[in-house]
Amino acid sequence: MQSEDMMSTIPEHANVVIIGAGIVGNSVVYHLARKGWTDMVLIDKGPLPNPGGSTGHASNFIFLVDHNKEMAALTLDSTRQFKDLGVFTQSGGIEVARTEARMEEFRRRMASSKAWGIESYLITPAEIKELVPYINEEILLGGFYTPGVGVVDSLRAGTLMREYAVDKGALTLSPNTEVLDIEVKNGRVTAVVTNRGRVAADYVLIAAGVWSPRLARMAGATIPLTPAVHQMISVGPIPILEQTGGEIKYPIVRDMDTFMYERQNGSDMEVGSYAHRPILMRADDIPSIEEARLSPTELPFTEEDFDPQLEQALELMPDILGDERAGIRHAINGLLSLTPDGFPLLGETVEVKNLWSAAAVWIKEGPGVGRMIAEWMTDGYSEIDAHHSDISRFYDYARSEHHIRARTSEAFNKTYGIVHPREQWESNRNVRVSPFYSREQDLGAVFFETAGWERPQWYESNAKLLEEFGDRVNQRPHEWDARWWSPIINAEHLAMRERVAMVDLSAFALFDIKGPGALDVVQQVAVAQMDVPVGRGVYTPLLLPNGGFKSDLTIMRLGEDHFRVVSGGGDGARDRKWFVDHLPEDGSAQLHDVTSGVSTIGVWGPKARDLLQSVTDDDVSNEAIRYGRVKPIRIGGITVHAFRISYVGELGWEIYIPTEYALHVWDILWEAGQPLGVSTAGIGVYGTTGRLEKGYRLFGAELDSEYTPMEAGLARRKVKEQDFVGKEAYVRALAEEPAAILCTLTVDDHTSASGIKRYMQGNEPILTPDGERIVDAHGRGSYVTSAGAGPSVGKYILMSYLPPEYAKEGEKLLVEYMAEQYPVTVAVVGSRPLFDPKNERMKG
Amino acid sequence: MNTLVCVKRVPATGARVTLTPDEQAIDARYLSFAVGPHEECAIEAAVQIAEEYDGDVTVLTLGEADAVEQLRYALAMGAHEMILLETEDGDSDWGPMATAGAIVDAIRQKEAEGDAFDILLFGNDSADAGGFQVGVRVAYALGLPVVTGVKGLEISDGHATARREGGGGWEVYEVDLPAVFTVKEGLNLPRYPSIPGKLRARRRKPETIAPNRGEDGLEKIRLKVPETEKKQAQILGHGPEAAPKVADILEELGLLS
Amino acid sequence: MILGLIEHDRGELNAQTLEMITLARELAANLGTSLAGVVIGDRPGQVADALGDWGLETVYLVEDPRLDEYAPDAWAGALVQLMEQKQPQAVMAIGSDRGNEVLARTAARANLPLAVNCTEIQPEGDAYFVTRVRWGGTVLEEARLHGAPKLLTVAPFVVEPQEAEGASTPSLVTVAPVLDEADLRVRVTARIAPQREGVSLAEAPVVVAGGRGVDSAEGFESLDVLAALLGGAVGCSRVVTNNGWRPHSDQVGQTGVRVAPEIYIACGISGASQHMAGCTGSKHILVINNDPEAPILAQADYAIIGDLHEVVPAISEAVRERQG
Repeated sequence: MQSEDMMSTIPEHANVVIIGAGIVGNSVVYHLARKGWTDMVLIDKGPLPNPGGSTGHASNFIFLVDHNKEMAALTLDSTRQFKDLGVFTQSGGIEVARTEARMEEFRRRMASSKAWGIESYLITPAEIKELVPYINEEILLGGFYTPGVGVVDSLRAGTLMREYAVDKGALTLSPNTEVLDIEVKNGRVTAVVTNRGRVAADYVLIAAGVWSPRLARMAGATIPLTPAVHQMISVGPIPILEQTGGEIKYPIVRDMDTFMYERQNGSDMEVGSYAHRPILMRADDIPSIEEARLSPTELPFTEEDFDPQLEQALELMPDILGDERAGIRHAINGLLSLTPDGFPLLGETVEVKNLWSAAAVWIKEGPGVGRMIAEWMTDGYSEIDAHHSDISRFYDYARSEHHIRARTSEAFNKTYGIVHPREQWESNRNVRVSPFYSREQDLGAVFFETAGWERPQWYESNAKLLEEFGDRVNQRPHEWDARWWSPIINAEHLAMRERVAMVDLSAFALFDIKGPGALDVVQQVAVAQMDVPVGRGVYTPLLLPNGGFKSDLTIMRLGEDHFRVVSGGGDGARDRKWFVDHLPEDGSAQLHDVTSGVSTIGVWGPKARDLLQSVTDDDVSNEAIRYGRVKPIRIGGITVHAFRISYVGELGWEIYIPTEYALHVWDILWEAGQPLGVSTAGIGVYGTTGRLEKGYRLFGAELDSEYTPMEAGLARRKVKEQDFVGKEAYVRALAEEPAAILCTLTVDDHTSASGIKRYMQGNEPILTPDGERIVDAHGRGSYVTSAGAGPSVGKYILMSYLPPEYAKEGEKLLVEYMAEQYPVTVAVVGSRPLFDPKNERMKG
Repeated sequence: MNTLVCVKRVPATGARVTLTPDEQAIDARYLSFAVGPHEECAIEAAVQIAEEYDGDVTVLTLGEADAVEQLRYALAMGAHEMILLETEDGDSDWGPMATAGAIVDAIRQKEAEGDAFDILLFGNDSADAGGFQVGVRVAYALGLPVVTGVKGLEISDGHATARREGGGGWEVYEVDLPAVFTVKEGLNLPRYPSIPGKLRARRRKPETIAPNRGEDGLEKIRLKVPETEKKQAQILGHGPEAAPKVADILEELGLLS
Repeated sequence: MILGLIEHDRGELNAQTLEMITLARELAANLGTSLAGVVIGDRPGQVADALGDWGLETVYLVEDPRLDEYAPDAWAGALVQLMEQKQPQAVMAIGSDRGNEVLARTAARANLPLAVNCTEIQPEGDAYFVTRVRWGGTVLEEARLHGAPKLLTVAPFVVEPQEAEGASTPSLVTVAPVLDEADLRVRVTARIAPQREGVSLAEAPVVVAGGRGVDSAEGFESLDVLAALLGGAVGCSRVVTNNGWRPHSDQVGQTGVRVAPEIYIACGISGASQHMAGCTGSKHILVINNDPEAPILAQADYAIIGDLHEVVPAISEAVRERQG
C-alpha cells in the first residue's frame, strides 16, 4: 500500500497572501482573481469551510438602510453579489418602534432609504401584525418595513467565491495554517511566516476579523479594532415556524427600542441583543480552536447580561417565545469587531507598505468590501467612495487601545440607537486642545470634537448678539432640528459679516514638504499649478486615478523647496498618508508634520484689516498682501504667517503662529479688537453658514471619489502641463457633459403638516415636483450634501448634485425630510456664491 | 412524589483542555459551566415524574456561590426548589466521601424539617471526577436501595422499575420507594429551558446550607493531560477509488470470512 | 493478599477482568504478596475454570443459590465479609459498570475510600499512589489512596492482559456468604433481550461509526449496509444522538458505549475527546473524512480523504466482491 504525504505545503512565493478565510478574505480573493491577479495564497488558522471566525456564527441577515452613503452602497453591492451567488433568501425586514422618538427616526430613515434608492415603507401596527402574526402589536407604534431585507448563507458564499479563484488557477488554499510572523523590510511587507513554512509575498492582506490587530502587530502595524461580544440565543422548536418548512419565511424583526432582533432560523427564533453592557475582549485573549467549546468566536454565554432582554423579547412575541415547550437550544456570546467610529478598516496600513487591512466588516458589507479592496489594490481607487472606511483616517492616538476601548464602549449601545448626525462623543475627550482653549472656555465655548481636537462650535457668551440681530437669526422650533445646534451660530455669523471675528483653526493638519524634490511631489498630487512664486497659496483638488476627489486643500509655497499643506483636521490623517505615499524614494523630499508646532487663528470681517494693522508694524494693505498671498509679519514681536484667504467669504487672514506664542498673539488680537467690536465665531460659522453662503465645497460632503471636479464646479479649462494623479480622467471629464452638477438650492417653505417649521440636516433626497427620485446617468441619486442657514442671504441653503435636466437656476423641486416634502428652488448651478457673488468683500 | 436531584457544576470543555498552573483544575477561562449529560437526564426525569405524579423537584449541589447558575438551569427546566451546599471560595473540590457526607447531612436536615424525598437521583458518574460512588454512598448512609446506571425508570404506587444495560440487553430492577437511582445519558432527551422558565428562575435564591467537610481517603495530588500518541495516519487514498485498499486491510485482519 | 473480583454475568466471564488481574498481579509482586480472586454467584466454579493461567493462587467461590441473578448489594456484602475474613491489602475490580458499582457499594458498606479507573498503582508507604482517569480520559489524576484494605478499579482498555509465567491452577475455596433479605432487595428481576439483531456494539469485531458528516438519519443507510456485510455494528457520535438520527444506545463515547473492535471505521467524525474516550480500545482505526486536517487523523491508523457518502458504498462493493 502506498501512502501519501497529506500535510499540504505552502508556496514559497505569492503575489498576495490573504490571511483569513471568512466572508471578507473569500470575497477579496474572488474579486482579485476577477481582476486578473494570480499566485494568491489564502491562509486560515482554522479548517475550511468554517474556520471558526465571526462569519461562522453570524446571524447572516442584511438590513439595507443606513444613513451613511458609503455603508449603504457597500450593503447594496453586497446584496447584489449574494443574489448572484444564489445564497440570498429574501424575507423582508421590519424595524419596529415602541416610542415616538423611534417613529421620528423611522421618518428620517425614509429619507435615507429614498436617497440611496432603497424601497421602504412606514407601516402601522396592524400592518406589522399582518406580516408577523406572532407579534404583540399592542406595544408598538409603527414599523419601518424594507421588503428587500433577507438572509444569506455566508459560508456558502465564501466557498463559492474561493472556489472561483481556485478554479481559475489563481489561488492556493492553506487552511489549518497558523501565521507566526509577518516580515517587513524597509517599511515594506516581504513575507508571511507560518507553521507550514514561509511565503515571500509582494502584498499581504489581513482579513482576520477579531484577530486582525494581533496579526498587524507582527508587522509593526495597527488595525484599530476590538473584539466585542454580541449575545444571541436560539429558541425552538416553535410550531408556527416549523410549519413554514424553510429557513426563513417571516420578516426579520428589529425591536429597535430594546436593541434586539428576532430572526427566524428554520423552526427556531434567534434573538440577538445589543442591549447588554459592552463586553470587550482583547485579540490575545481569544481561545484557540482546540480550547474553545464551540468555536473561538463563540464564547460562553453570560446569562446575567441577557436576562433583562428575555422579558422584552417575551413582551414582543409572547405566544411563541412564551411557549414552555420552546427551549433555549443555543446561546452564545458571539465575537464581532468594533472600531472607534463604527466604520470598517480598509486599505493599506499607515505603518507598512503593501500590508493591507480588510477588517471590522459585517456580513452585509462583505462582498462589497471584497470588490472595493480588489479595485483599490489593482487600480488605486474603488467605484464606491472609501474614505469613511479608509484605515488611514486615524491619527496615532486614535489607533491606541485606550481610544478604541473608550469609544467602542460608548458606541456599543448605539448600535440600534437614535444617533443625531451632530451627536458628540462623551468618552476620551480633551485629547487635543489648542493654546486658546482656556480663553474659549472663559467665553462659554461649546466644544465639538474633530479627530481629537476640541473646537468651539459656538460660544454661549455670544448669546448677547441674539438681541442685536433679532429676526435675522433663524430659530429652529423642533427639538430634533435644534439638537446639537444653537441660534448663536447665526448671530456669530452676522457679527462677523458686520464687524470682525476670530476663529480658532488650530485643528488644521499641517505638513511641510521640503527638499529639492518638494515641487515635484506637490505637482504630482495637486490638480492646480504648484510652480507658483514663493508667498503664494493655492487651493487645489487632489484626485484619484479615476478623476474623483481624494481631497481638497490649500498648499502654500513658503520657499523654493518648501511647501506647506493645510488640510482639515478630520481629513489630515488620510491626506498625510497620500502625501507620504507620493514622496520620492530617493529621499529628495520629506514630509514634516508641523501640526503640533503651529496654531492658527482666522481673522475675518470688514474690520479684519483694521484689526490686523493695529497690532503689526508690517503693511497688511491689499497691495502688500493680496488675496491668496502668504507673508511673514510680526504681531507683538512674534513672527507669524499671515495668509490672505477665506472660507467664509470675508476680508481676512489665517494667521499661523508657533504654538508656544499663540496664546500671546490671541490675547493681543482680542484686546485690540475690542474697540472694533470683535467677537469669536465657532466652527458652526466657519464650517456651515459662512461656507454655504459662499458655495464652498467640503470634502466628505460634496466632494468624494464618486464625483469629479467638473461635476463639483471646481474644474479649470486650463490644465497644467505637468503630470498629476488623475490627470487623464480629469482631462477626459472636461470634454464631457457632466452627468450631474453641484447646485445650491434654497428652501421655499419650511412649514410641515403640523405647522412646525422643519430644517433639513443633510442626506435628504431631492425629488422632482412629482415626488420622484432624481437619478443621474451614472445611477447616482440626488441628495442633500450639506444643509444650513444662510443668515446673510435670509435663506436656508442646501447643496446637491443634480443631473443637467434639473440643474437650471429657478427650477422648482422638492426635498423630503421626516417623511414630508418641502418645496425648494435651484438658486445657483455651479460654484457661484449666493452671497457676494463677485467676491468683492474678500478680495477688496 | 418528591424528588431530589443532585448535580455538579463542571466546565464544558472543548477538544483540548488546559490546566491551571497549579495543576489542580481545568483552566476554565474560556469555558462555560454546565451539569454533566447524565445529570441533565436526571433533572429531566425528575421533572417528568413531578409532571405526572404531582410533586416537587428539589435540586441540590455542593459548590461555591456561582454554582447557583446550575441550580437555576434546573429550575428553568422545571425543578421547584434549590439547595446549595455552599463551600468556601476555592474549596469546592471535595472528594466523594466528603461530598456524600454533606449531601446526607442535608437530606437528614430536610427530613427533620418534614421534607422527605421519595426519589433521589444522581448522575451515574460526574463528568469531571468520574468517581462512580457519591450516589451509592448516600444510599447506604440513608439505608435506601440504589440502582446504578439507570437508563429507564418507571414509577408506580411507591414502587419503581428501573432498567439498565447489561448482559447484552436490559437488566430490570424492582425497588420500593424511597430509593436512589444513579442515571445515565440516554434515559431521556432532556428539554432545553424555556424563556418563561428562565425568567421564573432568575430571581430565585437557593436555600443555602454550610456543609461540614468530612474525611476523604482519596487525596488528589495533581491533574495532568495525557500525552496522546500522535499517529500519522496512513492515507489510503482519495475518494471511492481507495475502497479496495480497505478490503485489503479487512482481509489481513481476517474480517472477510 | 490482593483480592480481585472476577466479574461475570450468569457464569460468563467478563474478559476485561483479565486486564485487572494483570495489573493486580504486578501489584502483588511489588508488595511480595499473593494474588487471589473471588467469584460470586450460584455456581461460581464454572467461572473459575477459565482462570488457570492467570497466576491466581486462590480463587474464592462465594456460592449461594440466591445469587443466580446479579444482586449488587449481595456481591458487595459478600466481598466485605471476605475482606473481614481474609484481610487482603487491596480489593480490585475492572472499571466496568458492574465492577465500579460493586466496589462503590463495598466502599460504602465498609466506609472505605475507593479509587476507580486507575491506570497505575504504586504502593507508597501505607498509601497507594494511583493514576486514574478523569474526564473520560482527557485528564489524568494523580492521587493518594488511603484506607485498609485499598479499594480500586482498573480503567478498561489500558492494560494489555497477560497470562502469568509458570502459573499453576489456583486452589478453589468455597465460601458461604451470610446474606439477608436486605442484601437481595436490589437484584435483576427480569431481562429484556436486545432488540437489535446481530452483534452488540460493545462486542462487535467491526464498528462502523458515523458523526456530524453523515448529515441525516437517512445518511446512515450505507453505514448499516457495510456493518451488516462485516458482521459488525453501527455506532455514532453524540451530535448524531442529539440530532435524533440514531438512538442513544448507538452512541460511542464518554457517556455512551465503550467499544473495542478489531477495526473502528469512523465516518465523518471529527474526533472530539468525548467521542474518542469510547473508541480508544479499538485495535485499528480507519477514518473516512473529507477534511484531511480533522483531529481524528492524529489518532487513526488509516484514512481515506473523501466524501463518506461515496466512499462507504464503494467499500461495501469491494467487500462484496471479495466475499464472492
